[in-house]
Amino acid sequence: MGSAITQFQIIPLQYYILFCSALFSIGVIGVLAKRNALVIFMSVELMLNSANLLLAAFSAYRNDPAGQIFVFFIMVVAAAEVAIGLALLVVVYRSTHSIDIYKLDRLKW
Amino acid sequence: MYAIITISIVAIIVLFFGAIQKKAPLLPIIYVGLPLAFLLHLLEWNKNIHYYNEMYIADNFSIAFNGVLIFTTLLVFIFAPVYYKPVNRPLEDIYALILFALVGGLIMTGFGNLLMLFVGIETLSLSLYILAGSKKFDPNSNEAAMKYFLTGSFASGFLLFGIALLYGASGSMNLEEIKQYVILHQANMPGMLTIGLILVAIGMSFKIGAAPFHFWAPDVYEGSPTLITTFMATVGKVAAIAAFFRLMQSSFGEVESIWKVTLTIFAIATILIGNLSAFYQDNVKRMFAYSGIAHAGYMLIAIIALKQEASGVLLLYSISYTIATITAFAVLILVREETGTFSIKAFNGLSKHNPTEAFAMTIAMLSLAGIPPLVGFAAKYNLFVSAIEQGNLPLVIVAIIGSMISVYYYIRPVIAMYANEPSATSAIDSSSNYKKQIILAAFLMIVLGLIPGVIVNLI
Repeated sequence: MGSAITQFQIIPLQYYILFCSALFSIGVIGVLAKRNALVIFMSVELMLNSANLLLAAFSAYRNDPAGQIFVFFIMVVAAAEVAIGLALLVVVYRSTHSIDIYKLDRLKW
Repeated sequence: MYAIITISIVAIIVLFFGAIQKKAPLLPIIYVGLPLAFLLHLLEWNKNIHYYNEMYIADNFSIAFNGVLIFTTLLVFIFAPVYYKPVNRPLEDIYALILFALVGGLIMTGFGNLLMLFVGIETLSLSLYILAGSKKFDPNSNEAAMKYFLTGSFASGFLLFGIALLYGASGSMNLEEIKQYVILHQANMPGMLTIGLILVAIGMSFKIGAAPFHFWAPDVYEGSPTLITTFMATVGKVAAIAAFFRLMQSSFGEVESIWKVTLTIFAIATILIGNLSAFYQDNVKRMFAYSGIAHAGYMLIAIIALKQEASGVLLLYSISYTIATITAFAVLILVREETGTFSIKAFNGLSKHNPTEAFAMTIAMLSLAGIPPLVGFAAKYNLFVSAIEQGNLPLVIVAIIGSMISVYYYIRPVIAMYANEPSATSAIDSSSNYKKQIILAAFLMIVLGLIPGVIVNLI
């Protein structure tokens, strides 16, 4: 375990932060710009996983397991979220015959 | 803690009875289980117990808010048999999901660690995503669930990244330890903590439906089944507000300067957008969605201006908002049953056939608008006075202007009920059981308006 943490710490912490911020930004842009619901799910997963990586990096640098425990919780929730998301996608596809979110325009004033 | 355990067990029992196709015992179990959970929770009153290394804190703040959440859910369940009258199957899935969502809300009011905040929010949200789409063959419901899911998980991403940054800056997820860190580094806050806090605030604003992150609320509220909308607009909103209040006051109360301006802008935008958009809605359900946004704005003032000691004012506001909203939605469900539309015209001449319902609706609308002597007025009065004492006069002026605008659209259904000629020919049939709940809610709004001090000084 000790060796894994030393290997983790070879890369400076700033690089992890920059990398995770970049991943997070890609996820945000993906959610805002794409119109395919599946691609949006993937972008949301990217956002969650960038937070996972950041937590793991901080946790390794501080020798504090709390961050890595949090990662497990996030992974469980992300799995549940994907299950619900895909189920909703199937239901929406049944009524609109499309997974384009721009087709979801029944509700507006 | 006992409340969370009890309600989880009740939900599992409900699922079990549904699995063996027994319909009769479901609701009685819930009617017994929820008050029992609240009584067990009351045993922890004034003890300030910290569970599991401060993961969950049962202080008076969380117990009082949990009481509001539990009784709101109980009222929703009382209206459930009327709403689901045409459905023959046991409906154990919907009841159990509502209970699990309530458990998520209970966790959110009493979290002592950012981990529990995340778990609570997700338990509440994941249940609500499914509930929003629970009318499986209605395209509106599908669409509402999809929109809610996409925006909600997007917001969770912001919340998580913010939590990760807060953890990286302060080295802990415990609220108390973050507070110690913040006090120690007050003079030069690391940029990472500021950014993390702003991201968490954005995520929470999504959840409470505050502008500029409110755009999902009207669509989701309109498309979801009305009973679920009632639950979302009350329990979901109050739990998120309580969690936000707890987070800001217990960890970041000392460094107001870094979040106060952002939240003030959010609050002003929320009040103005909510009230001005509600102004021209013809669909009453959508109007309530915007009214809920406006009320989220007023409650944001509580987060900005109140200190932890004055949380009773927020409690009073939550109670006044929930009771009035539930009453209004209950009448709306009845009207919709009869006329098949949510349009404001459906309320025409309601007072001729159903004076009780019309009266309750009037009380609820006036309370939401803040007319004395109802509880809505007492709540707004206490909130604005406390905010002015803390030196937030401009914010309160905006809130009062918004409140004045809101009188117009709250009065519209009342005028339709009393002044217009009825369009429906037959009286709306309502069971006597249902009528009692509506009268009780109207009674509570009047009585609590006369004795607001009891609640303000409760916690």
